Amino acid sequence: MKLITAIIREVQLDKVREALIEAGINRITVSLVSGNGRQRIEEMYRGLTIIPDLIPKIRIEIAVNDESVEKAIQTILKAAKTNGPQGSSGDGKIFVIPLEDCIRIRTGERGPSAI
Amino acid sequence: MNLNIKRIFTILLSGLFGSSVLMAAESAPIDTGSTAWMLTSTALVLLMVPGLALFYGGLVRSKNVLGTMMHSFAAMGIITVLWMVAGYSLSFGRNVLGGFFGWNKDYFFLKGIDSNILDAGIPEYVFTMFQGKFAIITPALIAGAFAERISFKAYCFFIAIWSLLVYDPLCHWVWASDGFLFNLGAKGAIDFAGGTVVHISSGVSGLVAAIYLGSRRGYPYQVIRPNNLVITMLGAGLLWVGWFGFNAGSSISSGLSTAQALTATQIAAASGALTWIVIEGIHKGKTTALGFASGILAGLVAVTPAAGVVQPYGALFIGLFATLFCYTAIQIKNKLGYDDSLDVFGIHGVGGITGALLLTFFIRPSWMADAAKVSHTGSWTIWNQLGVQSIAVGVAIAYAAIMTLVIIYVLNKVMKIRSDEEDEMAGLDRSYHGERGYGMVNPS
Repeated sequence: MKLITAIIREVQLDKVREALIEAGINRITVSLVSGNGRQRIEEMYRGLTIIPDLIPKIRIEIAVNDESVEKAIQTILKAAKTNGPQGSSGDGKIFVIPLEDCIRIRTGERGPSAI
Repeated sequence: MNLNIKRIFTILLSGLFGSSVLMAAESAPIDTGSTAWMLTSTALVLLMVPGLALFYGGLVRSKNVLGTMMHSFAAMGIITVLWMVAGYSLSFGRNVLGGFFGWNKDYFFLKGIDSNILDAGIPEYVFTMFQGKFAIITPALIAGAFAERISFKAYCFFIAIWSLLVYDPLCHWVWASDGFLFNLGAKGAIDFAGGTVVHISSGVSGLVAAIYLGSRRGYPYQVIRPNNLVITMLGAGLLWVGWFGFNAGSSISSGLSTAQALTATQIAAASGALTWIVIEGIHKGKTTALGFASGILAGLVAVTPAAGVVQPYGALFIGLFATLFCYTAIQIKNKLGYDDSLDVFGIHGVGGITGALLLTFFIRPSWMADAAKVSHTGSWTIWNQLGVQSIAVGVAIAYAAIMTLVIIYVLNKVMKIRSDEEDEMAGLDRSYHGERGYGMVNPS
């Protein structure tokens, strides 16, 4: 089991979700986060252009069984990338970490079947 | 004594400035009571526009909240300027082109009304500004139909053109003293405060625009939820308060008819809201805050044309039936699947039509007696009046629908009205305004 955490652009959320659902991955957690990476954006404040140092991003968390890990990664990769094949700064990152256990609260069931 | 001094002062002023259009001024002294109430009403109707911004702003997704509120606020800027330049003249000038719209060169840039006092005893400036507020809110109402998917620039051009080509002529027909609907039948088509001019026109135009522009991306498969019903409730409250200016102010006086309109307004709003939560409670098992707010609006919209002629029991039934029909219309919309995002047609179109027709059955007897007196046959029945009302409603529906279609079709050739997919996904706030409405709010 792995926990996939993807940090993506806010605007790509719809596309990524649609792609994940298409690939049969429905169970996700989404939150709005902000962070600092390579990307720079501009916002307007009373005629002043400002460059915020923390940029809003979407964090997607998905717990998957080993056989679905690659599928999930490829799906996110494809849907979160902007500006054609070369992509652009700010498209985000995907982190994959081992998942020790997974417990469904309702039944107490553990392990891969609980995902 | 005081009034006499004012009258002399007015005449002196008119002599000083040598204006040629002061016939009314010389005969009508300022009625301070009416003027004070009309000033208040003017401010109250303006309050409805930020009220509408809050109402609509809460109903869209968080990425579109500012863009949606800007639709209302932009109307305050664009339509006020247009109204001052030509809108008032097109609406309230004397018939030109066979009465298609009005024109009066003194109204152009409002340059010739500096010291005009209307026969009602209020300065013409007050009347102009009061009516201007109606012109502002009407196109702002349409914005709910194509919320979350229209380019800001195209929206600005759309409401400007729509205001000149749809609102102003319609306003002229219904409210100008030489408008053809104003003079239809014995005592004219009854549209006290804008059932046809404001609500039917915006509702029908919204429907046409929503269908022409297509659904929001993902609708109806993707669940699109309101981002903040708290501001929607605030907006609904402000709209209710502002509506007293809208309806009671439309008496253009401060007296008995004002009180009649105010009472009808309050009762219809309450009855509409109550009916909505009762229906919803029976139909769905829960009574929603948004339902209550929608019922308030349905009742207020329907009583708008009626407020001047119905008695309290009439207002009660108008509110009740308005909600019944609006609720049904929205259920049908959900089945048909077109995306009138914030139910502009469902509330304003259906509510306006309901009010404009249903009021016929609740007209106070004294009005009917007056109508019979001025009728050339010496009698006037509710069926005669229903005919007149139906013509006014039919004209408003047909004119608004056709003209909106033409405007959108032509404007779309010049600039893309619908947002690009990328812009729509990113949200109006970011794509067109470079801003964010909220801080760290999770996406919905």
